[in-house]
Amino acid sequence: MSEQNEARQLTYVAAITEGVRTVMLEQDNAFIAGEDVAQAGSVFGYYRGLLAEFGERRVVDTPISEKGIMGIGIGAAATGCRPILDIMFMDFMTECMDEIANQMAKMRYMFGGSATLPITVLTMSGGGNNMAAQHSQSLEAWLAHLPGVKVVMPTNAYDAKGLIIAAARDDNPVFVLLNKGILGQRTEVPEEAYEVPIGTANVVREGSNYTIVALGRMVGEAVKAADELSSLGLDVEIVDVRSIQPLDTATIVTSVEKTHRVLVAHEAVRFGGFGGEITAQIQELAFDYLDAPISRVGAPFSPVPFSPPLEKAYIPSADTIVAEVRRALEI
Amino acid sequence: MVKKPTNKVLLDLHHRMVRIRQFEERAGRLMEEGKIPGALHLYVGEEAVASGIMQHLSNNDQITSTHRGHGHLIAKGGAFAEMYAELFGRVTGYCKGKGGSMHISNMELGMLGANGIVGGGPPIAMGAAFSNKFRGTDNVSIAFFGDGASNEGSFHEAANMAALYKLPCIFVCENNGYGEYTSQANHQAISDVADRAAGYGMPGVIVDGMDVIAVYEVAGEAIARARRGEGPTLVECKTYRFFDHVGMRGMGLTYRSDDELEQWKQRDAIASFEANLIDMGITTKQKITNVYKKIDAEIEEAVKFAEESPYPDVSELLEDVYSEA
Repeated sequence: MSEQNEARQLTYVAAITEGVRTVMLEQDNAFIAGEDVAQAGSVFGYYRGLLAEFGERRVVDTPISEKGIMGIGIGAAATGCRPILDIMFMDFMTECMDEIANQMAKMRYMFGGSATLPITVLTMSGGGNNMAAQHSQSLEAWLAHLPGVKVVMPTNAYDAKGLIIAAARDDNPVFVLLNKGILGQRTEVPEEAYEVPIGTANVVREGSNYTIVALGRMVGEAVKAADELSSLGLDVEIVDVRSIQPLDTATIVTSVEKTHRVLVAHEAVRFGGFGGEITAQIQELAFDYLDAPISRVGAPFSPVPFSPPLEKAYIPSADTIVAEVRRALEI
Repeated sequence: MVKKPTNKVLLDLHHRMVRIRQFEERAGRLMEEGKIPGALHLYVGEEAVASGIMQHLSNNDQITSTHRGHGHLIAKGGAFAEMYAELFGRVTGYCKGKGGSMHISNMELGMLGANGIVGGGPPIAMGAAFSNKFRGTDNVSIAFFGDGASNEGSFHEAANMAALYKLPCIFVCENNGYGEYTSQANHQAISDVADRAAGYGMPGVIVDGMDVIAVYEVAGEAIARARRGEGPTLVECKTYRFFDHVGMRGMGLTYRSDDELEQWKQRDAIASFEANLIDMGITTKQKITNVYKKIDAEIEEAVKFAEESPYPDVSELLEDVYSEA
């Protein structure tokens, strides 16, 4: 294969940069605001180069003030801008939950539809880097429970770029939950602007007799688990949920109707996690198709631990998924 | 220096204050008659603040309000009919009956909402000010908040960022001496919220919130400064609410004395201003009576409109959660 025909590969981080840059080029009223986004280019590096290209008017370092960052976004969006806000670690969202939950999510409804808030929030979730309990959480269920915001979780570079572009073109607040466990992973990413539609799940692997519905980094773990499960006679289909609000229940249900057995996996604490919602939807919509109880994999009910062996034991993995399948199916 | 107000401005200020007073007293009675559901936080007593500030603003200037927000919207140009309809929960209200008293708003007037969260407004006003600057306009935004809200972290973050970025944002503290039912002496160790301005690197000005001309003049300076790109100002207006935290008589809690209330009522911003206007020969007692009559007639018509308006259809329940665009 000649060089120019080779698929163009980008890392997750580079795809984030390219998605944001695409949006900044097509929307004059878009700006980026957040902690360490301008001079430093973000602690994860994904805004690197954007200050030089777009200037300090449009790439704005903020104080460490999450309420203020959300306030800039809400006030600016309500008056004609299209802000891209950055919350460095998703854990810091706790500092601005009033602005998110009581203001941003509800303003349009409370005002009878007269306010439009085209806001994109990028934030980094997940553990695995020994960052301990306040820099490692997966709090997507908090956001999914809020009518008025949309929530997407890109699990590869292609989706990161496409979902960021879709989010920024959307006239609603959209949270793009990035995952720090896959920053360096490469996938094919086209150079042109494209959208991954918000509200669509992605069947990343087709199978015939077992479904794993996975969120975030668990998609990659499910792929590993699927290889091992094939030796046990399971032909695993994997659904990357990708958008949890709105949720593409149709794709999930279609898969379950085909395979009759399903496991739901996420990195967040299992108890009260978003997997409970997916599980409930499956039993409401596909009960008659189920040949086994629905399995759930998630983190145990504790804060994320610091010590490497503890954290390794805490975060669900391919092994956790395989063990749960074997337990549930008694194989 | 801001020019002394012309006679026309003086009469406008009076008009705004009376519109607020009459609207609120009628709303309070309607609540006590059980015709308005939920909670009302009445602005009576504080009319000079909203009126003196809003006299300087156009529809392209934004404000964020508080839970005590009717006065701000009226002073910003809100129409009685759509306001009462909103308080009554009717589909003809400014928010189609989905917001009510605590979320009343009108984007076209630049009124970015009353707010049920104490301290909810300042970050949003700061964001609107960021946008005004970003878009290259000379518009300003005003964050109204109380002495109680000055203790919220949201105020701190908004004030710091407004000063840092030199945003055209004016922080107007309506210090009525109480955060809900707790006196200022019991909720902060300072008596002047304006003292906090120094900590942000912005001017802090104290003004008698019962003197509409004083508010008008101080606001004029702060707003002109913001329009010139020189950044935010914290304006503290010393004022008082004549009714309870919620409703008129409230819950009869004994958190403030009748004497204190009477002393402040002696300084009623509207009564004293009317006496001055007559003294100065700018208006007459008869003309003032006519102002009230006209406004009261408008109010009765608006209440009738609200009462006769339909409630939202239940099919509206899920509308406006998201923009479909």
